Amino acid sequence: MTDTRLIATSPEGRTRRSLTFTIGAVVVGLHLVIGLLTLFWAPYDPTAMSGGRLEAPSFAHLAGTDRLGRDLFTLIMIGSRIALIVGTGAVIIGAALGVTIGLLAAFASKTLDDVLAAGLDILIAFPTLLLAMLIVASSDGASLWTAVVAIGIANSAIVARLTRILAKRVLRMDYITAARISGTSWIRVVTIHILPNIWPTLLVNLALQFGLAVIAEASLSYLGLGAPPPNASWGRLLQEAQGTVYTAPFGAIAPGIALVSLVIGINLLADGLRDIGDPTRRRRR
Amino acid sequence: MSPLLAIDGLSVHAGGQALVSDVSFSVAPGERLGLIGESGSGKSLTALAAIGLLADGLSASGSVLLDGRQVVGARDRDLVALRGTTAAVIFQEPLTALDPLMKIGRQVAEPVRRRARRDGRPADEKSVMREVMDLLDQVALPQPDRIAKSWPHEISGGQRQRAAIAMALACRPKLLIADEPTTALDVTTQAEILKLLGQLVRERNMALLFISHDLPVVASAADRVVVLRHGRIVEQGPVAKVFREPAHDYTQSLVAAARSFDDALEIAP
Ligand SMILES: Nc1ncnc2c1ncn2[C@@H]1O[C@H](COP(=O)(O)OP(=O)(O)O)[C@@H](O)[C@H]1O
Ligand SMILES: [Mg+2]
Repeated sequence: MTDTRLIATSPEGRTRRSLTFTIGAVVVGLHLVIGLLTLFWAPYDPTAMSGGRLEAPSFAHLAGTDRLGRDLFTLIMIGSRIALIVGTGAVIIGAALGVTIGLLAAFASKTLDDVLAAGLDILIAFPTLLLAMLIVASSDGASLWTAVVAIGIANSAIVARLTRILAKRVLRMDYITAARISGTSWIRVVTIHILPNIWPTLLVNLALQFGLAVIAEASLSYLGLGAPPPNASWGRLLQEAQGTVYTAPFGAIAPGIALVSLVIGINLLADGLRDIGDPTRRRRR
Repeated sequence: MSPLLAIDGLSVHAGGQALVSDVSFSVAPGERLGLIGESGSGKSLTALAAIGLLADGLSASGSVLLDGRQVVGARDRDLVALRGTTAAVIFQEPLTALDPLMKIGRQVAEPVRRRARRDGRPADEKSVMREVMDLLDQVALPQPDRIAKSWPHEISGGQRQRAAIAMALACRPKLLIADEPTTALDVTTQAEILKLLGQLVRERNMALLFISHDLPVVASAADRVVVLRHGRIVEQGPVAKVFREPAHDYTQSLVAAARSFDDALEIAP
């Protein structure tokens, strides 16, 4: 971590980074605005047959219609909202659980740390999707929230392991020892030294988790374990388009583009945020 | 006067291995004690054990009385308060001595605020910042206003070490532990920091535990010296006596090495 800080950044590097941030912010912002908009307005009623079946894109139906004649663009817009809820929810749960467990392990006695580390390794070796499926299956029925909680818990193991390693690295620094000697409480050491120092790396990882959560929810939906209609996610749209992918490819392409754009946008945004949070990468006065 | 730090039969073990064995010495209030020995001889471990800050997996035995209170076996909770009012440490590496993500002013303000609260003095932003500026000035940092607003990577190694000293002073310690504080610095900066430390210790009547592998540096910073080798004390006494008439072979070799280095410097120009 310290090593990368010592690498001088060229002016071009900085401009490119602020560009990635801007692109990320615009893409994510667009999804956010569209997602919020669907709470009040959508081009069509998402449950109504507003056109013929499997129509190609046109001015009336920007992304065509599905096999029930519903407007795909409307469904994809609602999908933005679902994806943001899933991503944000899973990341908040994953971060809260993961950072807590990771810090606990970093501060714990050697024995407890070993136990926690081994437990995390086992959890991580378990595929996220499988874990989420187990959690959804053991709850009373698939809903958006069981999916969010399941994915969040599955993600927390990865966040915890990363937090543990990063926190331990910071804990070895002399300024932590100096702070302890001068009588700083652990809570304060965590809030003013450890969290700010692990945050940049954690943030980028959380963005990755966000993307993975959106994809995991899409996969759960694809398997019929995600949010039920009418709050259909992109994953369910993909599943429904599966049978007609050769005759009406746009039914699969459109939600696919939406999914990929959000995932990339989030990652660009996080990269940009990290650079802003790091004084050594910022423009010098 | 009872000693500020009294170490008696201190040993530090890692598993079955003894890293420090049966070390005994004391530091009186206001005294400057040098701890010298080659790298790996257990100087840092001795200092950390003295304030009860050994890493996980290391265990101390024997007795360490810091300001009259037993450190060995004490609970961390009890040690926090004792350390806060008694000791402060300056480390070797100025790069890791400061949090890279905190401006210097804020960083120095942390111990200032904590100490003010503990002493029941006003800890509002204005009084704290006034003391921060005062401290930066006392460690002879140029343009304290500008330095306070700088990030650690924006100032030089010597300036970072001065900031670290300011943080240590903010704790108002009775005992200042300096663990190779000048080793990472160039010779000129080294001399300046040594002079500053000497002056601050005298002005504030702090005791100093000065750790170094460098004999001339210890000779200029301490009154009394303890020579450590392989975790054991081989010799201790007043600086002048130990270095003029070293009793132990090891000390003799340290002195000889320093001499030949000096001679080499004299021949060079
Ligand atoms: N946490 C630790 N676990 C095991 N061995 C250690 C640990 N810290 C230091 N040591 C060993 O103890 C010896 C003394 O270390 P130290 O006190 O740091 O030496 P120095 O005199 O250079 O300050 C060294 O051989 C070092 O390898
Ligand atoms: Mg050392």
